[in-house]
This record gives sequence, structure tokens and C-alpha cells, in this order.
Amino acid sequence: MSVGPDVATGDIPAPRLRRPLAATWRIVKSQPRATIGAIIVVFFVLIALTAPWLAPYGVTEKVGPVFEPPSAEHPLGLDDAGVDMLSLMMWGARVSLVVGFAAALVAMVIGGTIGLLSGYFGGRTDTVLMRMTDYFLVIPDIPLMLVAAAIWGRSLSNIVIIIGVIYWTTTARLIRSQVISLRERVYVKRATAVGAGHRRILFRHILPQVTPLIVANTVLTVAIAIFAETAIAFLGLGDPTLTSWGKLIENAFSHNAITVDAWWAIVPPGIAVALVILGCTMVGQAIEDTLNPRLRVGHLSVRRFRLRPLQGTDQV
Amino acid sequence: MRGADYVLKRTAFAIVTVFVALTLNFVLFRAAPGDATSSLRGCRNCTPEFRDALYAELGLDKSKLEQYWIYLQDLAHGDLGLSFVSRQPVWDELRDPILNTLPMVGLGYLFSIVFGILVGVIAAWRRGTFADWGGLLSALVFYSLPTQWLGLMLLILFSGVLPSSGISDPFIEFTDPSTWEVILDRLEHMILPSLTLGLVLYGEYALIVRSSMLETLGEDYILTARAKGLANWAIVWHHAFRNALLPIVTLVALTLGYVVAGAILVEAVFSYPGIGLVTYEAIFSRDYPVLQGAFLILTLSVVVANYVADLLYFRLDPRISA
Repeated sequence: MSVGPDVATGDIPAPRLRRPLAATWRIVKSQPRATIGAIIVVFFVLIALTAPWLAPYGVTEKVGPVFEPPSAEHPLGLDDAGVDMLSLMMWGARVSLVVGFAAALVAMVIGGTIGLLSGYFGGRTDTVLMRMTDYFLVIPDIPLMLVAAAIWGRSLSNIVIIIGVIYWTTTARLIRSQVISLRERVYVKRATAVGAGHRRILFRHILPQVTPLIVANTVLTVAIAIFAETAIAFLGLGDPTLTSWGKLIENAFSHNAITVDAWWAIVPPGIAVALVILGCTMVGQAIEDTLNPRLRVGHLSVRRFRLRPLQGTDQV
Repeated sequence: MRGADYVLKRTAFAIVTVFVALTLNFVLFRAAPGDATSSLRGCRNCTPEFRDALYAELGLDKSKLEQYWIYLQDLAHGDLGLSFVSRQPVWDELRDPILNTLPMVGLGYLFSIVFGILVGVIAAWRRGTFADWGGLLSALVFYSLPTQWLGLMLLILFSGVLPSSGISDPFIEFTDPSTWEVILDRLEHMILPSLTLGLVLYGEYALIVRSSMLETLGEDYILTARAKGLANWAIVWHHAFRNALLPIVTLVALTLGYVVAGAILVEAVFSYPGIGLVTYEAIFSRDYPVLQGAFLILTLSVVVANYVADLLYFRLDPRISA
């Protein structure tokens, strides 16, 4: 019986698509949508990181009259307590982004693990895990979040955990269906045949393949998590000691910024939230679209006389 | 035979889900740190004896397991308990708000489905053109806006033109209005909340419909249909859209959860006296029975919507019913 040296060790190099980093770079280069999205997200991340040095004033510092309109000195005006809105926005970016990314990370770990295990092992494991996912999917998210936040207290870590624990379901389902198809591939069967254990197959052969999908999903979850944070904060259940964009909207609303026409206290935080969500969505969807080859051919093309490149010759 | 099996399975799932929701509902609320009496209005200075009596009356002196059993029994009788705050039956507290919410949410839902599908289909059809970019951009923008913020912006935009809060004009009683005027007044108060909800959902639906359509338009049977010489609209309508409908139906039903969630935010912004506002207020007064009841009804509505979607799926997809 003659087998190749790599087969003997059970170490069959998986036909990976590309290294994830290189693949990501290629996507960014070829996709304007993803690039714009990434630039937006990076911009806000930089603001959040540099807020302690760049923010002109503190978040509790009263620097002028209540609801002072924008001026050269305070480009975004002052809020209901006479605090500089620009500084509040910069400090708020920190909290909003931390919640967004941390909660998405929690969701990624839970959803990724459940999706991997469920798809790989199948059978009873799959049934139990997917049933669980189905129930989570059905329970309305914001009411559940509100109840949980009201009951367990309004600290930042609680909010992160609550959001993460609620939004892992889509990730789990997507990863599962991807893993099910990977499990049936010949190279996985071969790895099993030569005696590779479950752990080895999962981490060496399957996980690398689903990583881009997990990344895409996590980026989309960041958007949802930030959205959820603004909702929790708006309903008065945000961490009372911290300033987030959601809190700023709530603050302006509950202190009647609308009745006194202080639009500058409401508009900026909403736009910032929308931009980050837009950025994350653009990046996440661009990666997803690229991973889904079925989206690349359209038989009802408007420019119907233009020759399309053969499938497989373009990237990914 | 397989069809009956499918319906049976989905029915069983729906029933179990309801039960899971009931249990979760109970566990969540009883796991709360502060107990109900600590926030009972007017009981801040009450004597220990009075407090004990209150405990007994509310059934809080029994063990958790006993409480759970009583809770289930009461539910079976359609009894949601008494509100801690108003001492009225919870169902009475919830009935009118539900009736207020339904038309408002329905209007917004309808708006989003019609425009979402229209824009999504056109964007996918005219892929890569100006129409596609415009549709995609508008959908992405509305998808990204926080619900409550969009509501506030509409409030600023339409202040003075449309009523900004409540469900009816408090002075309309004095003008001896006709039925028609009352309906018109209600509708006027409904426009802004519905529009807010509708626009946010529109973004989501348009995106879903577009990608679902793009996927079907790449199928080989579309190429066949074109080769047969069918008109573009016929391909889009009969071949692509009908097949793209399946994922759309599921997602539209699944997003009912977000509709419900959005209702809380929207009703908080516009002080619209619906079930969302009741939930919102119950959270702050720690009115567990009301909160439990509202949460239960919100969950049930989503479960029912999902069940309906499953059955629709069954009607739409011959692969399941065959």
C-alpha cells in the first residue's frame, strides 16, 4: 500500500481558497463599496481611540449657556447642560464602538461555536443546538433586551453580554449550513480516513474555510449591536455613568431639545450611528456577496451585449 | 403525507416555542434582584405586617416552583394577574393598547412591504444602473438610521403639520365630531409613527428582496426563459419573483420581531398609547405582571407570525407539499 508522506501523517493540506488576510485585501481593492465602508469605520475607530487627547472639553464640563447654537468655538453647539457637543460625540464614540465590537465578539464566539459543532457533528447534537437557535430567533429581541437590562442592572458589561447573547443566532445558522457542505467535501473525508481527529479537522480544515464568512457576519453584527445599544439607551436603560451616542439622543429627547429647536443636540449622534452602521453593513455585505458565487452571474443583465468574463477568472 | 407531516411538525414547534417563552418569561422576571413590593407605589413606608399581607395577596410568599405552577394555571384560564401599580387585571390594561398598536403597526408594515418589494425588484432587474444605485442607497440609508432618531427627525420635519404625540386630539370631544372625523383624527395621529416604522423596515426589505432577486436571476432557468424569447417583465414576474418569494416570505415574517421592537421605540417617541408604551412604562415601575403580560403577547405575536409564514411556505413551495 503506497501512500504519500503527507497522507501518512494525516496532514493533508486543505485546498484553502486564499489566506484570509490576502483575500480580504483583494476584496477591498476590487470593491469600492467595501472600501468606503471600511474608511468610515476606521475613521470612527480613530476618533474613539484619540478622544482623550483630541476632545476639546470634558463630558461634564459646562462651557457655556444651555443649548447654545453651533459657533466657531463649539462647532456642534452645546447640549442641555451647556456641555460641548463635539467632545460628547468623541467620547460617545468610545462607548458606542466598544459596545458594538465587544457584543459582536460575544455573538461571534457563541454563534461560531454552535454553528461549527452543530454542522460538523450533525445528528442529535445538531437537532438540539438548532432547536435552541430557533427559539432564540423567535423571541423578540428588543423587549427581551429591555427586560434583561431592567432586571440585571444597567452596567456596560451587562449590556454587552445581553446584546451578544441575543444576536448570535444568524451567525450560528449561516456557519452551520456552510460547515455541513464542507463536511461532505472529499478532503475532509480523506482526512478522516487517515485518522485525523475531530479537533484537527475542525481547526485545520473547516475553521479556516468558514473564517471569511464568520468575519463578514461579525462585521454585520457590530452594526446591529450599535443599533441595539442606542435603543437600550434611548429607553433609559443605558449605563448611567457613561456617555454613548444612544445616550446623547435620549438626553436630547428627554430634555426637550426638539421643543427649543436645538437640532444640533440630536442630529449629530444619529448621523454618527447611521454612518457606522452603514459602514459595517457595506463591508459585511461586500464580503458576503463575494463569498456567494451565485450573485455574480445575472442572466437579465441590462448591459446585455457586454461579454462577461468567464466564471473563475476574476477574483476569489 | 409529507405535507401533513410538515404541518404537524411546524405546529408542534409553535406550541413548544410558546411554552419555552412562557417559562423564560417566568424565570426572567423572578430572577430580578429587587422584589415587587420594594417598588410598589405607596408602600415605601408601610409596616412589616402590611407588607407580609401584600406578599401573601400577590402570591410572593410561596416557593418559586409553586409560583410557577400557579402562573401556568392562571394563564390557562386567560388570567394574566393583577397589575402591581393600578391593581387592575393585566389583560384590561393591555387590551386597549393592543388595539391601538395593531392598525399603526399594520400600516407601517404594509408600507414597507409594498415599497420594499417594488424597489428591491426594480433594483435587481436594473442591476448596475442608476435605478439600482439609487434604490440600494436609499435602502441602506433607511436601514442604518436608528428608529427613534428617524422618528425624532420626522417630528422636527412635520412639526405643526401633523400631530406629534398621542392617538387623538384631546379637544375633539367638544366639537361633536362625526365618525368620519374621529377616524380621520386617528389616522392623522398614526401617520408619523407608522411612517417611521415603515421607512426603517423598507430599507431592510428592499435589501433582502434585491439580493434574493439577484440570486434567482442568476439561475439557469432564467437564461432558458430568455432564450425562449420571453419579455423581460414576464421573466422577472413569473420566473424570478415567484422563486425569490420564498426567502422573502420567511424574512418578512421573522422581522415581525423587529416590528414589535420598533413599536416600543416609536411609541416612546410619539407617546402613542400602544403596547410598546405600556411595556416601556411597566419597566420603570417594575410592574412585573404587566411587563410579563406584554412580553408574552409580543412573543406570541411573533410565534404566530412565524407559524403563518411556515404554512405559507407550504402553500408556496411545491417541494414541501408534494
